[in-house]
Amino acid sequence: MNHAIQIENLCFSYGTKQALFDVNMDIPANEVTALIGPSGCGKSTLLRCINRINDRIPAARVTSGAVKIHGIDVMRRDIDLLQLRRHVGMVFQKYNPFAKSIFENVAYSSRIAGIKDKSVLADTVEKSLRDAALWDDVKDRLHESAFGLSGGQQQRLCIARAIANQPEILLMDEPCAALDPLATLKIEELIQDLKKKFTIVIVTHNMAQASRCSDKTAFMYLGKLIEFDDTMSIFSNPKEKQTEQYISGSFG
Amino acid sequence: MISEETLIRKSGKEGKRGKVFDRLVRSAFAGITYAIVLVALLLFGKIVKDGAPTLFTSEAPFINVSFLLDKNETLHVFDDAQGVRHKLPASKYAEFIKQNGEDSIYNHHSFSYSGGGIVGPIVGTLLLTVGSILLALFFGVSAAIYLSEYAKESPFIHAVRLAILNLAGVPSIVFGLFGFSVFVLAVPVITADPSSRSLLTIPLFFGDYVMSFQGWNSSLMAGCATLACMILPVIITASEESLKAVPQGFRDASLALGATRWQTIRRCVLPYSMPGILTSSLLAITRVAGETAPIMFTAAVAAKDDLPWEGADGPLDVLSSQVQALPYHIYTLAARIPNSEYTQQAQYGSVFVFLLLVAILSISSMVLRAKMRAKLKW
Repeated sequence: MNHAIQIENLCFSYGTKQALFDVNMDIPANEVTALIGPSGCGKSTLLRCINRINDRIPAARVTSGAVKIHGIDVMRRDIDLLQLRRHVGMVFQKYNPFAKSIFENVAYSSRIAGIKDKSVLADTVEKSLRDAALWDDVKDRLHESAFGLSGGQQQRLCIARAIANQPEILLMDEPCAALDPLATLKIEELIQDLKKKFTIVIVTHNMAQASRCSDKTAFMYLGKLIEFDDTMSIFSNPKEKQTEQYISGSFG
Repeated sequence: MISEETLIRKSGKEGKRGKVFDRLVRSAFAGITYAIVLVALLLFGKIVKDGAPTLFTSEAPFINVSFLLDKNETLHVFDDAQGVRHKLPASKYAEFIKQNGEDSIYNHHSFSYSGGGIVGPIVGTLLLTVGSILLALFFGVSAAIYLSEYAKESPFIHAVRLAILNLAGVPSIVFGLFGFSVFVLAVPVITADPSSRSLLTIPLFFGDYVMSFQGWNSSLMAGCATLACMILPVIITASEESLKAVPQGFRDASLALGATRWQTIRRCVLPYSMPGILTSSLLAITRVAGETAPIMFTAAVAAKDDLPWEGADGPLDVLSSQVQALPYHIYTLAARIPNSEYTQQAQYGSVFVFLLLVAILSISSMVLRAKMRAKLKW
C-alpha cells in the first residue's frame, strides 16, 4: 500500500506537559483517515504536527520520533516550512475566511506566491471553487465579502482556499464542529469527492461522521494511539476494550 | 411571607425617609455632572464669544481671511489729527507715516505680536502635528508589530512593555528638555562644515564631509522628533492592542497556506488593525497640537517673518527651519506681553482658530477611520 504519511514513535510536549506518547501510524494516500477520541486526547495536536503549524506555539515541540511525508521527515530543521504548508493544506475548526472578497480568499495563496496574471488567478479560483462544490453558489458574487456567506458556505470557501494551493494532503481539524447537520452533510459529501485527489486526515468528535466518511479510523486516548484500523473493523469489531467503550458511548 | 404590609409603601415619616435620601443622592450626582458640562460650555462659550468676532466678519466672505493668511506683526494703535483711532499692523503703520508724516500720530501705543494674521503659527502647528504623527506612527507601529507578532512572551519583553508604558507618564516639559539635549544639541548630521560645539566628529571618506554630533538646532525636525517621542507610548500601546484584536484565525489560515510571517502581517493582520491604530493617532493629534513645553526649546519661536518654505532651498532646509506654533503663540500673547483690549482680540482669535484646527484634524482622522472600518469588517 502507498503510504502518504508515516508517523514513527512521535512524542510531543507543550512545555512540561507531554501531549503525544510514542504514536505510530501509516496514513494511506487518497483515503480518508479519521482521528477520533475524547477532548484533549491529542488528536488535534497530532494533526497540527503534520504541517508544523504548532511551531508558532512557544515551548511546543516534538521530543522524539518523526513525521514522514513520502519518506522525508518534516521535523528536520532544514525543511522549508512554506513549501511544506503549500503541500499540506489545512482547514480549521472554526471557519475562518479572511475579511476579503470571495475571490481574494481563494486567490490568496496564488497572490502570496507572486502570481499576478489575472487569467491564471481567475482559473485557479474557479477550479478551486468548483472542486469545493461552491462555484454555483457564488459565481455571481465573487467580489462580495466572504462574510455574506452562510456558515457551511464559508467552511467550503476555506476548503477551496486550501485546495487552491494544490496540496497533496488536506488536514481537517473538526471541519463541521461549528456547522448545522445539513451543512455537515454537504461537507461530508465533498470529502468523498476530494479524496480522489487528496489524502485527507480529519479530526472529528462525531463518531457517526467518522464511520460515514472515513476509510481508516484511529482512536486516541490520553495522548496515545489506542487502535488504528479500517473504519469498518473499528466500529464493528474493535480489538481494544477502550475503543469499544468509547464508540459504544460508555465514556468520552 | 409576602403580605400587604411588606409590599405597600409605608405612609408617614418612615416611608418617606428612604425615598428622600435616594432623591438627594440622585440630584447630587446629577448636579455634579451638569456642573462639569457647565464648565465646558462656559469655556467654549467664552472662546467663541471673544474669538469668533476676530475670525468672522459681517460682510462677505464672512471670514476674516487676512487673520488666517497674513503674517504676524506688531499692532500700532494711535489717533490721527482728526482724533480718529487707528489700529494698524506695522507694515501699514509705516505706510501711514509715509503718507501723513510723524506729526499726525497722537497717543501712540504698540502691541507686539498682536497685529496682522496668524498664518505662521497655523502652518507651524500643522507641520509639527503631521510630521510628528507620521514619525510616531512609523516607529510606533513597527514596535507594536514586533511586540505583538514576533516577540515571544518573556520577562524581558514584559519589562520592555513596562518601560514603554512608563514613558507615557513622563511630563511633557521633561520631553522638551530631552529633545533639547538630544535632537537640538547632540544627534549626528553629515556636513562639510562642523560646528565648533560638535561633541564628536567622524570623518567620512568622501570630500570634506564629516559626521558631526552637533544636533539639528532648534528646528522643525527636532520639534517633530521630540513630539513623536512624547506620543510613542500611546501609539505603541494602542497599536499593539488593535493588532492583538485581529482574530487569530486569520493568522493561522494565512500561515497554513504557506505565507511567510511578514506576508501574514502585511495582508491579514495590519489592514484590520488600521482603524484601531488610527484611533490612537487621533488621541495623539490633539495632544501634539496642544503641547507647548516640548517645542519651546526645540522648534518654536515667538516671532518669525517668513514661512518655513520661504527662501528655503529644498525640503531639508524647510525641516531645519524654526517655526511658530499656535500654542506657543497663544502663550506669548497671554503671558509675555502686557495685556490690553487690543492684545485680547488677537489672543482669543488665535485660541478659536486653534480649536477649529484641532477639530478639523481630528474629524478628518475620524472620517478616514470610518471609511476603513466600513471596508474591513469581520
